Amino acid sequence: MMIAASNREKTRRDWGDRLVILIPALWLTVFFLIPCLIVLKISLSQTTIAQPPYVPVLDLGAGWPGIKDFIAGLSFDNYKVLGSDWLYLTSYLRSLVIAGLSTFILLLIGYPIAYGIARAPRQLQAVLVMAVFLPFLTAFLIRIYAWINILQREGLLNDALIALGIVREPVVWLATDAAIVLGIVYSYLPFMVLPLYATLEKMDESLLEAAADLGAPRWKAFWLVTVPLSASGIIAGALLCFIPIAGEFVIPDLLGGSDALMIGQTLWTEFFQNKDWPVASAVAIALLVILLAPILIYQHLQMRALEIADA
Amino acid sequence: MVEGNPDDQAARPLVRFEAVSKRFGTIVAVERLSLDIFEREFFALLGPSGCGKTTLLRMLAGFEQPSEGRILLDGADISGLPPHRRPINMMFQSYALFPHLTVEGNIAFGLKQDGMPNAEIAARVGEMLTLVKLDGFGARKPHQLSGGQRQRVALARALAKRPRVLLLDEPLSALDRKLREDTRFELMELQEKLGLTFVIVTHDQEEAMTLADRIGVMNGGRLAQVATPADIYERPNSRWVADFIGDVNLIEGRVVSAALGQIIIESVAGGRLIVMHSTDTIAGASVAVALRPEKVQIDTMTSSAASGENCFAGRVMEIGYLGGVSTFKVKLDNGLDMKVTVANRRRLTEQSIKTGDLVWLSFPPEAGVVLQ
Repeated sequence: MMIAASNREKTRRDWGDRLVILIPALWLTVFFLIPCLIVLKISLSQTTIAQPPYVPVLDLGAGWPGIKDFIAGLSFDNYKVLGSDWLYLTSYLRSLVIAGLSTFILLLIGYPIAYGIARAPRQLQAVLVMAVFLPFLTAFLIRIYAWINILQREGLLNDALIALGIVREPVVWLATDAAIVLGIVYSYLPFMVLPLYATLEKMDESLLEAAADLGAPRWKAFWLVTVPLSASGIIAGALLCFIPIAGEFVIPDLLGGSDALMIGQTLWTEFFQNKDWPVASAVAIALLVILLAPILIYQHLQMRALEIADA
Repeated sequence: MVEGNPDDQAARPLVRFEAVSKRFGTIVAVERLSLDIFEREFFALLGPSGCGKTTLLRMLAGFEQPSEGRILLDGADISGLPPHRRPINMMFQSYALFPHLTVEGNIAFGLKQDGMPNAEIAARVGEMLTLVKLDGFGARKPHQLSGGQRQRVALARALAKRPRVLLLDEPLSALDRKLREDTRFELMELQEKLGLTFVIVTHDQEEAMTLADRIGVMNGGRLAQVATPADIYERPNSRWVADFIGDVNLIEGRVVSAALGQIIIESVAGGRLIVMHSTDTIAGASVAVALRPEKVQIDTMTSSAASGENCFAGRVMEIGYLGGVSTFKVKLDNGLDMKVTVANRRRLTEQSIKTGDLVWLSFPPEAGVVLQ
């Protein structure tokens, strides 16, 4: 009797657990997995001048032969194009290099900020975190246009440099890679600071005291204790920045030059200018696969960090 | 047991606090405190929470700077020295083990800071693991260890550098009772074996009593008494210490006569007490007589004891059975509440004194202590 009752109780709890998982699973299926599969399908199609602008189109009304025709019409040709054309390969490479460089700079700037906030008095911490997010209250595009204003030939930066006598002639800032990286670092900083702050804030102060007690000066204790223990925050922040930066479109489009493109811009060109949906879809799917690697690494490290935290 | 005999005037203290004060804002944590701790001594700082004992320990470790006064180690002023340059190591209450390092990595941490050659580090780490009986656990991470094992790693890590002084901040508070008692004896053994100076902070008086050669009882940022455990228990120097350490009956009274070594006191509640205790007091002074519950004799009315000095009639109000001992709460005829503990030599059911019985309480003149 007792066992039966507790079993029933257990079953009910299992159902509760499943329901809790079901909601996000359903959300991801409808808004991520299904669209993703549609994009995958388009990436295996061929471009044509029609509505929709690709073939084959799945016609369920034609029954089994229709499905067979559809599958026969799919091919990996678009991926072969991606692999053989330097235009795409260089854009991918450029995106990864710019994302990597920006993430590194974000880490260099974000870590001290997060560390400073985590060491600030408790009451002040919430205010400082808010301050990091304050720029987000202004529309993103307006902030990027502001940067155009600052960086342009007769902009604030050149005015200031000339006034200070550092340069004689205006320097070209806009439409350079430096401008892209600057815009990215400026825009993504909160995404780096927040996960770092979250791990640094949890850190046990007595560990640093123990390190000092055992003979480590402050800088060494920081390097030997603080940095390794904030690894999960570093990885979270780096991926949270790296992944969207790699696919970034607006910032390089507005602040960068037109000669070398990031993959987001290439995708945009394929889709809106060339109206080549299949190639654009292949570009998107390939990017997804490339970015899957760091996501999987992150998952793995996160699980390991959880194991330690649980004990 | 103590090599550096504290009574020996010639012995130079290993650690000396000279009129040390520590203030946090307007809060005074430690106030003009002076204390000597000797080589190879096991010294306990005992007191209620907030008495300043932890602050004192942290000043010795270097985590806090004294607001006033000096701290000397081997006669040299170390007040301004940062923690990493003091030959003093601490075992933290939370253990503060580095979660990202193995047991070996934790123990080796301090040795690496000293730039010790790797071969020597490995040898020392092995030695430490044997010392704390953790052979074979070197490759584990702290989260793979039990609470007791973590405590040992923390101890090994703090001992690895062979510090001049080992500080222990409530080292046993996170262990369960049985383990705590076993570990106490291991700590004492270790201290004797290594010949190191240990300074322990604890709020557990039993722990301080069993472990320490000398105890400094702290209250409100000051040292209330510094003495051996026996002296603190048997000869407390104030009502506060008498009350803080163990159970005590405090009987308020007025000195009638204070002859050499023998003091006669008229209790406020009524009745006379004779106490053999050499304390400076004069006739007419208000004092308290401290009487430990186990030093009071309890007898049934039928026995031969008679009312008089150091003997009072009363009624048993409550009996608490604690296994090894029983405590009796007795209301005296003069209105005082007294506590008496008696070892249970017989089984509970065979005891002759029951709740509600009329009893005599008596004690010898040597049992009491006169406190100002």
